[in-house]
Amino acid sequence: MADLRVTIAGVEFANPLIAASGTFGFGREYNEFYPLSVLGGISCKGITIKERPGNPPPRVTETPGGMLNAVGLQNPGVDHFIREDLPWLSKQGTKIIANVAGNAPEDYCATVEKLNDTCVDMIELNISCPNVKQGGVQFGTTTEGVYGITSEVRKHCKKPLMVKLSPNVTDISEMAVAAESAGADAISMINTLTGMRIDIRTRRPIIRNNTGGMSGPALLPIALRMVWQASQKVKIPIVGLGGISTWQDAVEMLLAGATALQIGTVLFTDPYAPIKIAEGLSRYMDENGIKSLSELTGGVRPW
Amino acid sequence: MKYDSQLCKLVSARALTQDVYDFVLECPPLAALARPGQFAQIRLPGHTLRRPISICGIDKAAGTLRFVFQIRGEGTAELAQFQPGSQIEILAPLGNGFPVDPAKRTLLVGGGIGVPPMLGVAAELKDKAVAVLGFRSRDAVILEKDFQGVGAKTLIATDDGTYGHHGLVTDLCRDQEFDCVMACGPAPMLKAVKALADHRGVPCFVSLEERMACGIGACLGCAVALNKEDGTQYFGHVCKDGPVFDSHRVAW
Ligand SMILES: Cc1cc2nc3c(=O)[nH]c(=O)nc-3n(C[C@H](O)[C@H](O)[C@H](O)COP(=O)(O)OP(=O)(O)OC[C@H]3O[C@@H](n4cnc5c(N)ncnc54)[C@H](O)[C@@H]3O)c2cc1C
Ligand SMILES: Cc1cc2nc3c(=O)[nH]c(=O)nc-3n(C[C@H](O)[C@H](O)[C@H](O)COP(=O)(O)O)c2cc1C
Ligand code: FES
Repeated sequence: MADLRVTIAGVEFANPLIAASGTFGFGREYNEFYPLSVLGGISCKGITIKERPGNPPPRVTETPGGMLNAVGLQNPGVDHFIREDLPWLSKQGTKIIANVAGNAPEDYCATVEKLNDTCVDMIELNISCPNVKQGGVQFGTTTEGVYGITSEVRKHCKKPLMVKLSPNVTDISEMAVAAESAGADAISMINTLTGMRIDIRTRRPIIRNNTGGMSGPALLPIALRMVWQASQKVKIPIVGLGGISTWQDAVEMLLAGATALQIGTVLFTDPYAPIKIAEGLSRYMDENGIKSLSELTGGVRPW
Repeated sequence: MKYDSQLCKLVSARALTQDVYDFVLECPPLAALARPGQFAQIRLPGHTLRRPISICGIDKAAGTLRFVFQIRGEGTAELAQFQPGSQIEILAPLGNGFPVDPAKRTLLVGGGIGVPPMLGVAAELKDKAVAVLGFRSRDAVILEKDFQGVGAKTLIATDDGTYGHHGLVTDLCRDQEFDCVMACGPAPMLKAVKALADHRGVPCFVSLEERMACGIGACLGCAVALNKEDGTQYFGHVCKDGPVFDSHRVAW
């Protein structure tokens, strides 16, 4: 049997498959299908210092090879998460990653401080949120923004810190370098790519927020390219995500340079996808005499 | 187990009108769990998102679920192409369903493609059900015999008067006696039905639609504005908190 264990920033995951933030809630709904211990880890729904109501509907729609979402970070706030969700989650035999969002550096830092004294295994910084102080510009779209928010949070964060990069930038590898130099222990990439659909009958955007984040299979080639580029510039491990739907996609993502993987939208198509991907990966490794996943990471042979 | 995603055999498939299809799927474990008003997320090959379709009938003895759907876009058009004998993957039963009380004379109001989910309720209430069903015109009328077959008093209205009462379903409701109302259909119809129930001082439950991704309450995609006790509003989720809501909870 192949060894599917991976270690990221000192945290050992039983396998490289981590549920992507926002697609898995706080795990309870998927626990109806299988014990959550089949997953290496869970990145929880993005949490903020205070409860957030989210955007008005419609919030989701299908697109060719994927979907758009504009949920608007609806979440019950960090205190509620720590009190109501974390005690149950921490007993499920999987690693817990808290995905943290905010509108200002103070929000991020305050949220992270509250999580310092809990049993979460890792913090994932969602920097694709508007920076209210800088007139709504996203933290994640400039190197200064990425460096600034990462170094600020780093000062307050006692847990391993992973920064999740936005693909809505000209050169994502620069953002990866900025996160690394600001003290991130790992990078996860990619978040959703901003998109839009329009109802030709009403001429209204289908998503009430007008634009939404695109995810799903259509994202895979973009995510692979970005992970490959970033992995050549940074030494810290990369958790690859964006459109992974099959075990073959998972192998590609590892070869591109990822150490572990997150899977999101495919869960909506098939809630059992993580089990199928883990089995496929394991079989592929056995058939090819690969003993450890690290033999695959970055193994692409570019022309 | 509350719900699961399973491959089911399509045991019968037929067209009820030009664009409305009637499917019966064999899925004993899921049929055993199902209640009227719940729904399924139907997987379509090549599509990222499943399509939510209400459960129209539940036959626990045969282990089957019945779905009646209308072609509205690409996905439902592809679904209509499936032939008996083929396999379809469904995630079901989802949502809460209608709070059926067999002791109560219940007015069931369905509008257009909102009619199918009311049939499952009628099947449990039998002669305690008064079904008032509205359609565009004569060729859009579906399931009339099915409602009659389970013992429900069945009244039909059409917008153009080509069949049954010429006018709105709510015209027909006014003359009926009932202790409770359950409805599914377009929003204006639901609002009118709620007003009638309020006027009579009886409870009213409505089944709502919203675009969905997960179907189980994890992605928070299917938001619906609901009222809190204190008069403020919040976003609940159609797939988990609904699709059936007490009409007073909905922030219309
Ligand atoms: C709880 C629930 C129960 C339903 N029950 C039935 C039923 O019993 N019979 C029936 O004919 N229809 C029902 N619908 C509506 C049905 O889901 C849509 O008509 C269908 O999803 C349209 O898919 P499409 O690919 O043909 O359309 P497209 O417009 O091509 O679909 C694009 C995307 O939008 C979504 N979408 C479009 N319209 C709707 C809608 N009205 N509601 C939700 N999602 C939508 C699709 O699922 C898909 O993700 C129900 C909807 C919900 C939410
Ligand atoms: C409905 C939905 C909600 C999401 N919410 C969050 C979130 O709260 N925080 C976050 O960092 N990413 C969020 N994402 C992005 C995913 O975690 C992931 O980066 C993206 O969907 C690409 O991966 P996928 O193609 O496997 O889904 C969300 C995605 C979806 C589809
Ligand atoms: S569809 Fe995901 S929460 Fe309702």
